[in-house]
Amino acid sequence: MAEMPDSAVSQLDAEALKARKRRNLWLGLALVGFVALVMVTTIIRLHGGIGVSERM
Amino acid sequence: MTDAIVTPQKRYATAADYVNLMKPRIMMLVVFTGFAGLVAASSMTGVVIHPAMAAIATLAVALGSGAAGAINMWYDSDIDAVMSRTSTRPIPSGAVPRDEALALGLIMSGVSVMLMWLASNWLAAGLLAFSIFYYGVIYTMWLKRATPQNIVIGGGAGAFPPVIGWAAVTGNMPLDAWILFAIIFFWTPPHFWALSLLAHKEYAKVSVPMLPVTHGAKVTRSQILVYTLVLVPVSLLPLATGLGGWIYGAAALGLGAAFLAYAIRLARSGAGDANASGTDMKLAKNTFVFSILYLFALFGAVLVEHAAGVHFPLIGT
Repeated sequence: MAEMPDSAVSQLDAEALKARKRRNLWLGLALVGFVALVMVTTIIRLHGGIGVSERM
Repeated sequence: MTDAIVTPQKRYATAADYVNLMKPRIMMLVVFTGFAGLVAASSMTGVVIHPAMAAIATLAVALGSGAAGAINMWYDSDIDAVMSRTSTRPIPSGAVPRDEALALGLIMSGVSVMLMWLASNWLAAGLLAFSIFYYGVIYTMWLKRATPQNIVIGGGAGAFPPVIGWAAVTGNMPLDAWILFAIIFFWTPPHFWALSLLAHKEYAKVSVPMLPVTHGAKVTRSQILVYTLVLVPVSLLPLATGLGGWIYGAAALGLGAAFLAYAIRLARSGAGDANASGTDMKLAKNTFVFSILYLFALFGAVLVEHAAGVHFPLIGT
């Protein structure tokens, strides 16, 4: 197989790096979102039982 | 798994690829029916769940559905690469590596079940976990490639959401929840077999025993009619228990009549046959599309009645 020119390799690496950064950003946001949801459910549970009430 | 795995050409994944990995169209249906179950449960029992908890429980159902979809795409990546209908999916297209899809599916499974438990109760969380297992393992890894009844039995996975929604509110699974389960259960075969009439040659290529491949198009068309004949009276059961009122009754009757009309025409057509005409194949496609509208409209009627307070049962509650 022919060797890729250096500029093509570095371009490929730049694209891979960009894709990886984008993915990491989304993963970070998802993690923050998950933590926030755990906090919300915990607060609701602590304040009002399990957040369920009977409506007579 | 087959040996003919196509090595995909590498391209970098976008957010859309990860979304597509989770089968968003199935996710929408799952979330909608789950939410309808949740709202109906609250209306029928008088039990009120905190709106934020309801939203998080619904999100958990969405994530669970996405997780199951990712696991399915991980396992089926070999046959997806061969079938033209699925060759552009994230894994066969080279965007998302297989092991990444599996990792995403497993992590999302855990997160969704945990969120469901936090937002509701162990029963809803357990049902969600079971439904993910049902779809990802029982259907995808076993039934799909083993039996022409794959869709019938495996369709149970997609029928759980309204039961999960109901359990999230009340902590139990009464008859009404299982009636909603039954509606989706008996809807799944005619829905999927209509699609398989269009794609049976693709399934034959990868040796997946869909009904048109194992028993032919004529038997499949008959079975679509049989299951639709069962589905219509099942869809009227909510009227007997008080779960469905006048609006639901009108919707169920009208939609059921239309679905039956499609099924009868399809049974009389040559859709899926080797010499099928373009008109017959279009009929199969229209039946498939209508089946999606049918379920959305039916559960939409449940939602409208119970959310808008216009639920007037024919029989007492």
